[in-house]
Amino acid sequence: MTALPQSQHNTHVPVPDAITKPLNIKVDVQALNFFYGQFHAIKNVSIQIPEHQVTAFIGPSGCGKSTLLRTFNRMFEIYPDQRANGKIIVDGEDILSSRKDVALIRAKIGMVFQKPTPFPMSIYNNIAFGIRLYNKLSKAEMDSRVEACLRSAVLWNEVKDKLHQTGTSLSGGQQQRLCIARAVAIKPEVVLLDEPCSALDPISTAKIEEMIEELKTDYTVVIVTHNMQQAARVSDRTAFMYLGELIEFGDTETIFTKPTKTQTEDYITGRFG
Amino acid sequence: MNGTHNEHILRSYDEELARLKGEIVRMGEIAVAQIAAAMDVIERRDSRAAERVIANDDAIDQLEASVSSDVLMLLAKRQPMARDLREVMAALRIASNIERIGDYAANLAKRSIALNLTAAIPPVHNLPTLAETASDMLTDVLQAYRESDEKNARTIWDRDVVLDGLYTSLFRESLTYMMEDARNITPATHVLFMAKNIERIGDHVTNIAENIWFLVTGQSLDTPRRKADLTSRMGVRPGATQK
Repeated sequence: MTALPQSQHNTHVPVPDAITKPLNIKVDVQALNFFYGQFHAIKNVSIQIPEHQVTAFIGPSGCGKSTLLRTFNRMFEIYPDQRANGKIIVDGEDILSSRKDVALIRAKIGMVFQKPTPFPMSIYNNIAFGIRLYNKLSKAEMDSRVEACLRSAVLWNEVKDKLHQTGTSLSGGQQQRLCIARAVAIKPEVVLLDEPCSALDPISTAKIEEMIEELKTDYTVVIVTHNMQQAARVSDRTAFMYLGELIEFGDTETIFTKPTKTQTEDYITGRFG
Repeated sequence: MNGTHNEHILRSYDEELARLKGEIVRMGEIAVAQIAAAMDVIERRDSRAAERVIANDDAIDQLEASVSSDVLMLLAKRQPMARDLREVMAALRIASNIERIGDYAANLAKRSIALNLTAAIPPVHNLPTLAETASDMLTDVLQAYRESDEKNARTIWDRDVVLDGLYTSLFRESLTYMMEDARNITPATHVLFMAKNIERIGDHVTNIAENIWFLVTGQSLDTPRRKADLTSRMGVRPGATQK
């Protein structure tokens, strides 16, 4: 039997370091506007994403949360007729005006999509492929790097005996964890997750949530999710967006128990959508 | 006041929340009736009717059980957030406070049976004043709950001081009767416990008021409440008259 806490009264609950210590800002979005043709998808959004924390974006479909996420690594550039203005500062450099190779930006700011997108190659090579682009590793070093990535995605035990089978042979949940393992394989600094669990069953979802918790010690995580309970469970900070505007951004605990804006409250309690 | 909220997209969710509120208000109404019935049997010295009051407490207990199971289902099905979550949490706590109030009302009836074995002593006649004060507070707090009126809840919360004052004076009075004649000790002790029961009802009403404040504002009412129950510091010095 576990011992009861000595006193239930006036116990000072120590606040975890992660909350009390001043946060470094990893992604600093300043007055960002984004347009698809004539459509004004993001309206003057400023938001500061803290380092080594999980930040969740919530809001009804079409509110701009995925678009906002896609600006962080210039993923939006794959769409025609779009433009962005404002600044997205990551480590002192504005991503939007950067002349750096976009591949380098995306190596630093990785992304996982709603539907699992494993490469049509072996599980092992799904991970090793990206690493080979940036590092020359010996076979042994590569093996241990692949194992570490699969472990951090809570997938190792399920695939260790079939590393050379194709990635697409895995279940949906496993494929998604493989994609996350692949995203962290090249040691990014920020991991963007765009509804990573929306196509998964509850057990795979739980495994991914468990993984997100572990990811934040090494990475800054930003997650877009339609599952409010998931945002409440996994994130430290939550941003609520509506019609392209950032309505409220604050500690997850506050957003889900006592939001300040009526729109936030109406959304999270299921009063509009 | 923050009682006007949009409806949920799912109408059944609103219905479940309304049902929960209805059950709690019903519990409270029975508790008010139980306090009145207890006072009635005390005044009429009717032990048989007192037994019925005691048995009636079951109705409150059953409602509390159905509040608990409704809360479980609601949490499981809806996973409420923000105001809804506070609403559900407050419902659970308020129900347990009313359940205790019901127990105190039943205990008043139970002790009246013991009181009926001896001649009536005058402090008994002050019990109805205490009971009315407590019962009015309960009626008003139920109204505040029904209307999600946190300001009114706060006013009721402050009113407990009146009940404390009445209890303190009844305590003093009972002590003098005990000192006057040792044969008064048995009935006076019962009266004291009965008064204490009523005083406790007031404390549960303040808890309910605090929960209404919490469910509307999301904050706890943490300013210290005025207290006038001084009995814990009262004693009798041999040979001295109680002051």
